[in-house]
Amino acid sequence: MMAERPENLIPTIGVIKDIRVDTPDIKTFTVVTRDGKKPFDHKPGQCAMLSIPGVGEAMFSITSSPTVTDRMEFSVKKCGRLTDILHQTEIGQEITIRGPYGRPFPVDTDFKGKDLLFISGGVGLAPIHSVIDYCLNNRENYGKIAIVYGSRSKNDLLDIDEINNVWAKAENTDVYLTIDRAQEGWNGHVGFVPNYVTELGFDTSMTAVLCGPPIMIKFTLQGLYSQGFKPEQIYTTLEMRMKCGIGKCGRCNVGSKYVCKDGPVFRFDELSQLPDEY
Amino acid sequence: MQKLTRGELVRKAEELLDNGEVKHVLGWRAGEFDYDLTPSVFDTKDDIEANFRFDDFCGPNFSKYLVKKTRELEGKILVFLKPCDTYSFNELLTEHRFDREKVYVVGIECSGMADIFKIKEIAGEGISKIEPDGEYLSVASLYDDEPVKIKASDVLEERCINCKSKKHVVYDELLGEEGEEQDSGRFEEVEKLEKMTSEERFGFWKKELSRCIRCNACRDVCPACTCEKCVFDNPDSGTQNKSPATTFEEQNFHIIRAYHVAGRCTDCGECSRVCPQRIPLHLLNRKFIKDIDSFYGDYQAGQEAGQRNPLIDYTQNDIDPSEIFGGAK
Amino acid sequence: MIYSCEISHLDDLFKEISSFEKLYLPVDENESLSSRYEVYSEGKKMSDRLNTVRSPKDFFFPQTENLMAFKTEGKKIDIIDVRQENEDFAVFGVRACDARAFKVLDNVFLKDVPDSYYADRRAHGTIISLACSRPVETCFCHTFDIDPTEPDGDVKSWKTEEKLYLEPVTEKGNKFIEKLLSVSDILKEEGTETPADVAKQKEQTKKIIKKLPLYSLSKEKFGAGKTEEYFNSPEWDKLSESCLGCGTCTFVCPTCQCYDIKDFKTNNGVIRYRCWDSCMYSDFTMMAAGQPRHHQKERFRQRFMHKLVYYPTDYDGLFSCVGCGRCLQKCPIHMNIAKVMKTLTPVSDGGDK
Repeated sequence: MMAERPENLIPTIGVIKDIRVDTPDIKTFTVVTRDGKKPFDHKPGQCAMLSIPGVGEAMFSITSSPTVTDRMEFSVKKCGRLTDILHQTEIGQEITIRGPYGRPFPVDTDFKGKDLLFISGGVGLAPIHSVIDYCLNNRENYGKIAIVYGSRSKNDLLDIDEINNVWAKAENTDVYLTIDRAQEGWNGHVGFVPNYVTELGFDTSMTAVLCGPPIMIKFTLQGLYSQGFKPEQIYTTLEMRMKCGIGKCGRCNVGSKYVCKDGPVFRFDELSQLPDEY
Repeated sequence: MQKLTRGELVRKAEELLDNGEVKHVLGWRAGEFDYDLTPSVFDTKDDIEANFRFDDFCGPNFSKYLVKKTRELEGKILVFLKPCDTYSFNELLTEHRFDREKVYVVGIECSGMADIFKIKEIAGEGISKIEPDGEYLSVASLYDDEPVKIKASDVLEERCINCKSKKHVVYDELLGEEGEEQDSGRFEEVEKLEKMTSEERFGFWKKELSRCIRCNACRDVCPACTCEKCVFDNPDSGTQNKSPATTFEEQNFHIIRAYHVAGRCTDCGECSRVCPQRIPLHLLNRKFIKDIDSFYGDYQAGQEAGQRNPLIDYTQNDIDPSEIFGGAK
Repeated sequence: MIYSCEISHLDDLFKEISSFEKLYLPVDENESLSSRYEVYSEGKKMSDRLNTVRSPKDFFFPQTENLMAFKTEGKKIDIIDVRQENEDFAVFGVRACDARAFKVLDNVFLKDVPDSYYADRRAHGTIISLACSRPVETCFCHTFDIDPTEPDGDVKSWKTEEKLYLEPVTEKGNKFIEKLLSVSDILKEEGTETPADVAKQKEQTKKIIKKLPLYSLSKEKFGAGKTEEYFNSPEWDKLSESCLGCGTCTFVCPTCQCYDIKDFKTNNGVIRYRCWDSCMYSDFTMMAAGQPRHHQKERFRQRFMHKLVYYPTDYDGLFSCVGCGRCLQKCPIHMNIAKVMKTLTPVSDGGDK
């Protein structure tokens, strides 16, 4: 009987196969099933519910690309009860996982053939990491790719090895890194992301993806608009408290839209139709 | 039936707005029916003329609203306080919950407030109009042509039947006549519970508290519950609110709350008034009040601003626990 | 086909129903003017009150329910599916407002990704609704196009002075009546025409509805796509000024369905349960990094916008208020959806976002 009653709220077991320390407060966890496989297929920008029983369950962006077929990765910033405990776990620890949830980035439709501009700050790279990887893995489908990524300091830049060794070396792809304040051992750009984006002056025909702290989003968006970008060509992801992940528990709505199922990916022209409550 | 009229309150409010003494008036706003008044701030005479109400349905105690309103609003607030409300006011002052200088208190004589559920029990449901008529309330129904006359004193709220005081312990100005502390029978229900065996008493509370829906209205209305972050709202406390995972938790919530307000509860009765399940929650608090009285001598929370309640004030004459629980000193 | 039984045999009818499945009946409580659902047993009398304090949503969406359990040992976790198939049960005396509320809940719990806990209870529960004959001043189901004399449900019923009439309307309802007929000595076929006493009762009820204080309350200015008109209405401040932020309105509401999922540590593992939650609570949308609804005004607005605008936008114009009037009776400060609907005015230019 139970088999006939699938239940979305009941998770499966995931095993933490690897833990990478990215920054002082961000770790990337590699998760597989007990038999060593990828827990489920997903699309770029989608999320999963991770939990440690007795501590809690929360929604996380799947950081790894769908093109990675043997595992799943999650870059997690330490900022609450569950993430504190997750950061204390060791390799081999089991957790629970369910998903995928949410509307992905339109990588196979609207993004196709476009020049793409990814702008991100801090842990905001996590939700768009999978999109960048996906696009680079399907390089022929997209035009020029530009990535602007900034953080507080060089120690707070996420996935810096992959950025330098893979993204920066990819064909027709430019990577621009910046940190907030000058620091010993850093020869790159210094300054906030919004200003840097304005300085760089991107072609207004590009499709932009924005992800980072609200203040970064706000000022970057102002800059892009004043340069001539339209809301229809800028995407972002929203973050809300979630419990069910399937649009029923009622807490992640912005107006009539539920971030867990109608998002987390939204275009700014869509957001302008929603109340300013996110 | 109130001796004081709406007109007297309205005139006082308008006078104080006119002479600049206050900028806002905290009062009862008219509702859809004759009994569903809402606590509300009035800023203009027009609004007061049109919507201010004073009658037998002005149960809500405004003292707690002052915590929020004195922070939100610029300028002095006129608040109308019934005698029982003034005790909560003083207790909040004792706890430094708002600035006394931002409030102008008009104490109002109170003849006891009506319980709409008792009215409906007598007149039936489907009430279309309630009008005061001398000592009576004239209650018209959707179903009967003739209104039912109900003696106002027969449908008083429980806390008004057992009114502890008709005397205002604080005010800047008084409307109507000042009364006296009352020799109330408010501990009689507690005594009934004390006379039960522990099994009977446990059964009584288990039955009552099993009806709790954990809406938190009792806590949210309680003038003694003004913590910025309640332990039952804190996800790290392990006792976060919302629902009982076990029946024990249901009981736990109310008992913890009663302990937390012990010594500070003035017996204003708002908890029982707002309970959607009509659980007699005030009896838990009253038991504490009765015990404090008998262990430490008569004590009334809110009697004076600044007083120390016996539970946080040590004297050498304090009762020794062994006198209650037995055992060695 | 309409079936009937003499009022004097009502108790026998309940006995017959409970011979084949569990029967829930609204019964009076000791407390003044309260009624609640209880499992029928001999001697229990059906309450004549209009609505139970707690709505019948509890039958399908209980306040607390266990979703799953976990056993942990070292780094290992085992997930235990605690779901059990429910037995058939019948709920008698559901009023038209509450019966319509199931449709509101069904949209959320059965569409898109079905909720198996809710779905199983729903599949096993038969709703026997009861037409109203004495609406009260807090009633406004007519505002939402609900006819209290023709309630939704698997079986409709009417109680007049002489008889109880039952009319099955769904497949589940027909099965229920079949089962009942197979054990019943007192249920009789009445024909397909509306009985005269029912017709008379309906007419009287409709007359009363026209006299209700909220008779003129209209939903027309609200509905799908009206977010911009009302989100920034200037009246929200005043309407919400005294809201205590308690969950009374939410928990007595037959259509409120927001829930929380929490873990509870037991002596030998963890139980993950869900429980009712309220958008009126300050921690409802709280995240580690902050929250989108900082003040009670925003939480208050969410609840009413959801009922009057967001839900209709998501579900073909259906409102998620059924006019049962529970919040009108129970709100500690007497603020409620009827006052909100009357007071709100649209922001004509869409407001300043």
